[in-house]
Amino acid sequence: MPEPILRIRKLTKKYGDNVIFHDLDLDVNEGDTIVIIGPSGTGKSTLLRCINLLTRSDSGQIWFGDKEITAKGTNEDRVRQQIGMVFQNFLLFNHLSALENVKLGLIKVKHLSKAAAEAKAMEELERVGLADWAGHYPGQLSGGQQQRVAIARALAMDPRIMLFDEPTSALDPELIGEVLEVMRSLALDGMTMMVVTHEMGFAREVADRIVFMEKGSIVEEGSPIEMFNRPKFERTREFLWKITELYGAKDHDET
Amino acid sequence: MPVIRQELKGENLDFLTLLRYIASGTAYTFGVTVIALPSGLLIGTLLAFLYVYGGKGIGKVMNVYSTVMRGIPPLVLLFLLYFVVSKGINLSGFWAGSISLGIVSSAYQMEIIRGALLSVGNDQLMAARAVGLSRRQAVINIVLPQALRLAIPPWSNEAAIIIKDSSLVYALGVPEILRRAQLIGASTHQPLLAYLSAALIYFVLVTVTNRLLNLLEKKLTVPSNH
Repeated sequence: MPEPILRIRKLTKKYGDNVIFHDLDLDVNEGDTIVIIGPSGTGKSTLLRCINLLTRSDSGQIWFGDKEITAKGTNEDRVRQQIGMVFQNFLLFNHLSALENVKLGLIKVKHLSKAAAEAKAMEELERVGLADWAGHYPGQLSGGQQQRVAIARALAMDPRIMLFDEPTSALDPELIGEVLEVMRSLALDGMTMMVVTHEMGFAREVADRIVFMEKGSIVEEGSPIEMFNRPKFERTREFLWKITELYGAKDHDET
Repeated sequence: MPVIRQELKGENLDFLTLLRYIASGTAYTFGVTVIALPSGLLIGTLLAFLYVYGGKGIGKVMNVYSTVMRGIPPLVLLFLLYFVVSKGINLSGFWAGSISLGIVSSAYQMEIIRGALLSVGNDQLMAARAVGLSRRQAVINIVLPQALRLAIPPWSNEAAIIIKDSSLVYALGVPEILRRAQLIGASTHQPLLAYLSAALIYFVLVTVTNRLLNLLEKKLTVPSNH
């Protein structure tokens, strides 16, 4: 039995009276890819932000490895260094080249020498197929390229888990495939990943588990086969059917 | 106090001599500017950081500072510092003028930097935190370099204002450009020529400064296809 790398217990987040999600329980096993789906405004993105402590949860616990990171006195920077995050709108550092974007954390956080950081950063850019674009600035890259640099930037820190917050939602359809391809190969390499996405083709093919969230709760979770072929709840079937119709079960890079 | 030499009196003073006399006040204009502008930038940047990242209470204090300093004429502050405060510490007109202009400018520059910090936005900060940078590292390495780029055009404006406002120290008898124009205009009975010369010198100083800052802005522009 693989050990869960992430255990979420009774996690609740509110903004004032507005409950984003409540009493969430979720385990993520080492090496697994978890795809979280659900209508917008369901708290999927907020959940990811709570996991790497960019947003504070109101109650409940998150265990990362054998540490409770929601405990008081947790070194947040330390936690985030081990959790990679990829945002919907890329959020590359606009004034830095692709290479510098990837290098920065290695120098400032990991305290690598300039040469070592550069070598490692180039390695990560190669991994996402952008070694030739190292000197380009975010404004000179396509959305797909920017997102791949963002993935390289997160990977460079050697995270134990990667969080993807709708990584392809802001992309033109023809650019989605290249990003999903990188994510797919990451999953195959055994990276632990949590992915919020509407890409059902990716979910079906890559996910070990699909989690369906709605109105701040987990409605149902299971393997792709269980979720697509014999969901327990009518609501799950309905949502999956609708979203598959909208976004397609096929991958965009299959031509 | 500059002494008008005998040969500089009389009605038929040639233009070049007059211009040279007035232009020799540029050293003071320059001096006041290079004291007031950078000190205003330093204080303004510091206050802008407190304003944006210091929480609500500090933000309110900064807002009051900004409102007060931008609400009184620089000349009034100048007189306050020179005739009231400097009684105790014996400040020269030059220093009283430079310091008060620096204080006034710090309020304007605070607003410039604050606006720039806000336009960079929280997303860049969040992305940096997600990589594992501390808040301080994120602000210094990610937000500040982008904010300073955004601040150059409005700052160029402020630089022009300070160069021109440096003429206010003439009221404390500092022999800068305007003071010299006033003196020689009166002694030669050629006020038109004298003040036009002063205007010309200020114009050249401001234009050259703005050109240089434009070049800096171009040089620092991040390459983009969009």
